[in-house]
Amino acid sequence: MTTTPTSRFADTRPNPWVTFTLRRLGRLTVSLAVLITASFAMIHLVPGDPVRAALGVSASPELVEARKHALGLDRSLPDQFGSFVAGLLQGDLGESIGAGMPVAEIISDRLPSTMQIAAIAFVTTIVVAVPLGMAAGVFTRHGRRRRLELAFVGATSVVAVLPEFLLAVGLAAIFGAQLGWLPVALKDGPESYVLPVLALAIGPVAALSRIVRVETLRVLDEDYMRTARAKRLPTRILYVRHALPNLLTSSLTLGGLMLAGLLTGTVLVENVFAWPGLGMTMVQAIIQKDYPLVQGVVLVYGTLALLINFTVDIVLAIADPNSTIRES
Amino acid sequence: MSFTQRLRRTLRTPLGIVTMFAVFVLLVVAIIGPIFWQDTADRVDTTAIGRGGSAEHWFGTDALGRDIAARMIVATRLTLELTLGAVVIGGVGGFVLGTLPTVLGPRLARLVTALVNLLIAFPTLLFVLFLAIVFGVGTHGAVLAIGIGIVPTFARLIQNLAASVAGSDYVASARILGVGRFRLIVRHILPNIAEPVALFLFQAGAGILLAFSGLSFLGLGVQPPDYDWGRLLNEQLNRVYTHPESAVGPAVAIVLTGLAFNLVGEVLSQAGGRRGLRTAADRDHRATVPAPSDDPNGTAGDGTGPAPLLEVDRLRITFPGGHVAVRDVSLSVAPGEAVGIVGESGSGKSLTALAVAGLVPYPARVTARSITFDGVDPTAGARLGTSLSMVFQDPMASLNPALTIGRQLSEVAEVHLGHNRTQAMKRAVDRLRAVRIPDPEHRSGMRPSEFSGGMRQRTMIAMGLMGEPRLVIADEPTTALDVTVQAQVLALLRDVRTKSGAAVLMISHDIAVVSQVCERVMVMYAGRVVEELPTGDLVTGTAHPYTRALIGAVPDMTTDRGLPLVTIAGRPPGPGEDTPGCPFAPRCELATDRCHTDEPALERIDAARRVACWHPVITPPEARIETE
Ligand code: SF4
Repeated sequence: MTTTPTSRFADTRPNPWVTFTLRRLGRLTVSLAVLITASFAMIHLVPGDPVRAALGVSASPELVEARKHALGLDRSLPDQFGSFVAGLLQGDLGESIGAGMPVAEIISDRLPSTMQIAAIAFVTTIVVAVPLGMAAGVFTRHGRRRRLELAFVGATSVVAVLPEFLLAVGLAAIFGAQLGWLPVALKDGPESYVLPVLALAIGPVAALSRIVRVETLRVLDEDYMRTARAKRLPTRILYVRHALPNLLTSSLTLGGLMLAGLLTGTVLVENVFAWPGLGMTMVQAIIQKDYPLVQGVVLVYGTLALLINFTVDIVLAIADPNSTIRES
Repeated sequence: MSFTQRLRRTLRTPLGIVTMFAVFVLLVVAIIGPIFWQDTADRVDTTAIGRGGSAEHWFGTDALGRDIAARMIVATRLTLELTLGAVVIGGVGGFVLGTLPTVLGPRLARLVTALVNLLIAFPTLLFVLFLAIVFGVGTHGAVLAIGIGIVPTFARLIQNLAASVAGSDYVASARILGVGRFRLIVRHILPNIAEPVALFLFQAGAGILLAFSGLSFLGLGVQPPDYDWGRLLNEQLNRVYTHPESAVGPAVAIVLTGLAFNLVGEVLSQAGGRRGLRTAADRDHRATVPAPSDDPNGTAGDGTGPAPLLEVDRLRITFPGGHVAVRDVSLSVAPGEAVGIVGESGSGKSLTALAVAGLVPYPARVTARSITFDGVDPTAGARLGTSLSMVFQDPMASLNPALTIGRQLSEVAEVHLGHNRTQAMKRAVDRLRAVRIPDPEHRSGMRPSEFSGGMRQRTMIAMGLMGEPRLVIADEPTTALDVTVQAQVLALLRDVRTKSGAAVLMISHDIAVVSQVCERVMVMYAGRVVEELPTGDLVTGTAHPYTRALIGAVPDMTTDRGLPLVTIAGRPPGPGEDTPGCPFAPRCELATDRCHTDEPALERIDAARRVACWHPVITPPEARIETE
């Protein structure tokens, strides 16, 4: 090979993987910085005096002042921000005004309950939506079973627009109140998980299975499926071995994108089922104007959402390197 | 058809009527609700506290004995007002943020885009809750929070739309003419993105309605003594055990209204023509019995040579709408024989091959008087096993990208030969070696994307050899390959044939390629076989004007490279362009009046040759130059 002017640069061209990961890490860092700044600023942005609001109108001015001092709210803003960030680095999220307990303690107490239902709901979504969408695709292929197609598309589009909290209320009314099959409040035995998980998962199942159906229709028309048919393989192998892996990447992409939304959906669902998680803590704290606690929960929810999206990005890049890296 | 016309037409469909009805009802209730029911809704009745649903109180009464149904009706106005308020805030905010990059200089534009990207990274619900806290819990705070909450998504949409419009010719020319940036947006960009934007706003409206109800439901939205549907739901939730109708009533109101918003969006998008209605013709794909046509003169295999391995009698493939892609094609292949089918794209040659394997894609319809392969009908779901194998063109698309090469080969042996996994894999490696894939043990673990084009095509052939094929159908096996690799693959196919004794049916647009492998060639034009002849006769013994033109159009060893290539003027008839007479007549130099009115049948001219032409060029055998 002769030396062309461009070949001198070939060696110094950065590895696309490194660029990709660095970019995503950069984006994550910026987002985290914004999140931390915003949650710090929140307590100063709320209308009125947050401490007065939390302690109530009857509290004496001395008590309010003392509390402010204890929370460090009487210091200069840069000073406060400095100690806020320093505290964060040590896992210190400040102290709840209402409960008088460290925020970090309350959160580590409540977080597992939220993560449990979110994780179970996510797994349920994937496990149900992929086979459901695939079956719908196979059965309604080539415009067959027009009625089934209509019913599927109609039902999933109605369900997909239902918000979690309404689903939750409906589920509680039917399975809890009318039929009495399942508990409608509080975290207890395994059966108490059923309704919160259903409320979280039903919407994503509907949305994802629609997409899986469309993907299935696309994959079934690919040339390699014709090859597989030409090999006269049994139907089961045709769909499971040849079609499924090819629609998994796109399905998981969308599933992953739904994960962060599913996590924040716990805020509403937990409040319907009195589920002792982060979401219920957050709403109570907002109503009680316990701002340090709100701050902590917003930080945790936000960080989790950012981390989930970051992980999904990286996992997808590994699963489907060409498309992801080219796109960035 | 203009947008208004399409809208009017869509409104007359059942969907449109339901939508108009829903919007009408909502508006009426919102306007007259507070006028007529305000008193009932506010009337405290200590004698009827917390009642369940009854004829008097449809959804029961609340903790102060107020009628929930009346409160729902009254709450309609506030609920819709709040939704509208948030839509306006979100719409204006998103529009400003979305068009800013077009107006600003490149550096500021990048900053705005980065800001939008940053905000979009956070889940909307979290963003809204944060804003609701910052603006203060209450009605105003919630409207602002939700309105601003949709700004990032909306801004992203506008940015994308504006970018696509801004790149178009008319905007570019407006820019050259010196149209100002602001004017550019208002005059040139806005009208072109109005439709999708309106659609988005209605869909966002549904989302906002639900989000608002969610906030009120959490106690973070509307505060007492005011109430919207979410607030009512919040107040009634604890009674879901005792009087579920009280909680379900507001919930249903929220859902139905949300659906109404979506319906409006759907109507707009249909009027926008984004979703075409399917034509009735597409639906009919059930097979009907074809009208039997006149019997052509049998197939070339008749009476001569051994009993055919494959025999197809009057194959016809039609598409919905009446297009006949393959018209009464008959062919036969003797055991061990290699037959080629040649034609331009659209001539029906590939469909013919697929029909033999029972793989014709939807919505085409296959009928034939009979198809017999090895004594059975392959299209009737008979178990063919591995006696018929196919090699497709474009091996990149025809190999499964998600499975390893070894797996795609070995499964054939597992399924059809009852091999276990190890045996099957051994056979796969063996077959890969047979098609001269270097280092097959290692390569069988790779995926198709790691193979070169030639290796993929050889893999396809190896796949066909996993069983014991008696017929290999090769559909354009060399089309995607460069000349050297093409020659290797053809050599391989010849080799396969001699070693396995399998017959070959080869489909190609390239007569030179076919003549390197096959003894007999069938030429197809517009869904018909127009000539059938031994490969040896191709150079000097062709009778049909189309074949003669094809030979002229394809350079091969005997072509004088000094002469310009003969090209066939005109093009073959497209789908649905059926004319009486010979299909080649419009392009034929020898065409006479008869050619334009009567269609020539495929007639035998000697033991090995058939031709469908009124004026065939008959060369006596003595005058033919033997090739090979
Ligand atoms: S029938 Fe007539 S038009 Fe057709 S190929 Fe023969 S000469 Fe040409």
